[in-house]
Amino acid sequence: MSLTLTPSQTVGPYLHIGLSDTRSVSQIAADGAPGERITLSFRVFDGDGLPLPDAMIELWQADADGRYHHPEDAPERVSDPLFRGFGRMATNVDGSCSFQTIKPGRVPGPRGAPQAPHINVSVFGRGLLKRLPTRIYFADDPANASDPILLLVPESRRATLLAQPDPNRQGNWQFEIHLCGPRETVFFDV
Amino acid sequence: MESVRPEGSSEHNLMSTTTIPPSNKTAPIVVPYRRPDPGTQPESNYAGYLATARRAPSNPLIYLPHTLSEVTGPVFGHEKIAETDNDLTRQHSSDPLGERIIVAGQVLDADGRPVSNSLIEIWQANAAGRYRHAVDNHAAPLDPNFSGAGRTLTDENGGYRFITIKPGAYPWRNHENAWRPAHIHFSLFGPAFATRIIGQMYFPGDPLFAYDPILQSIPDEKSRQRLISKFDREATEPEWALGYRFDIVLRGRDATPLLGQPKPAREGAR
Repeated sequence: MSLTLTPSQTVGPYLHIGLSDTRSVSQIAADGAPGERITLSFRVFDGDGLPLPDAMIELWQADADGRYHHPEDAPERVSDPLFRGFGRMATNVDGSCSFQTIKPGRVPGPRGAPQAPHINVSVFGRGLLKRLPTRIYFADDPANASDPILLLVPESRRATLLAQPDPNRQGNWQFEIHLCGPRETVFFDV
Repeated sequence: MESVRPEGSSEHNLMSTTTIPPSNKTAPIVVPYRRPDPGTQPESNYAGYLATARRAPSNPLIYLPHTLSEVTGPVFGHEKIAETDNDLTRQHSSDPLGERIIVAGQVLDADGRPVSNSLIEIWQANAAGRYRHAVDNHAAPLDPNFSGAGRTLTDENGGYRFITIKPGAYPWRNHENAWRPAHIHFSLFGPAFATRIIGQMYFPGDPLFAYDPILQSIPDEKSRQRLISKFDREATEPEWALGYRFDIVLRGRDATPLLGQPKPAREGAR
């Protein structure tokens, strides 16, 4: 049996009513959660380079040990009050939003080969008929060179998946999402 | 937009449990989710919906074989859900204006298995077709007794139920004399990152369907019908509210290698 799936539709310009006004999650890891604390700042742009004031970012990540707090990976950690692994923020008028979290550890990938530290991203917004999934990797992490998913991406486009450290603020990372245009971010068929 | 699948790879040989080296014995088995059939989801770029032109990616999506990252996802079972979170008519001191309705249904995966304990979030316009939102300047009244947001968790059978008022149609500036059919936005997580979906629920027989590029962006007619609720006399409560049934179907999984199929023999095994 395979039932017809429920199709995606855009979240439209009023997504905040249901998803972010009272349901934002900017702190993915609470104080006291083990790991290297980081702040992740996003900016989302359209094909003209204009910031999106009506987009929403959701993040899903492993903890510092590379474990997902989910029944299929670390069921004993699902109720961990310090770390849930999920974040959600709508963008501001300048297309920005930011999250406080910890750098994730390495998670097994295809054939058990470890993946480089990464965060799973969903982009929603007015004008997006379905979410756009992407991933954030951390620039200069030596594990990136052998990451089995990054290797599926044409080399010339891999840099679009790298968060860059903010030279002025220790522990701050910046990630730009370009929905289309010359700097288009790599999006995945998940 | 077609995705690019790496040559010579398939979900199965990439994920085969028999190829996990001994050093990763503890890596959990990954059972991928099945991909939607072509035409059953909207394309990102749909000319009729103008805003897609500068927002849809032009490069093909990169096919991502499922790993632990995709088959896990946020768990909401311990969320605190307030008593009025699933009753949008009781969130203020008085009743909102409009036609009170019940929207109920079941969340299933594509194999018909109930998806229990899963978060559903909804939002909608009021009966006059106006959202309580700074950007909505439609010349229709706000209702001080209606916020238009709700949420609930599915029960052990995947069932859910909201009480709300029927939202109005409203104009938008996409094309000449453009009106959105009445709808309620539905957000679901399901069990995994791969099952995350946000859709819209429509009401049966709406004359605006044919003119709505957002609904029409889905090529497959059967899939469009999946977003249209049905009048449900069983869910209707006498002297009180009409009921609409809206079942939601999330992606199913490949057969579990250990449960659904004979286990492939390991090399050297006897």
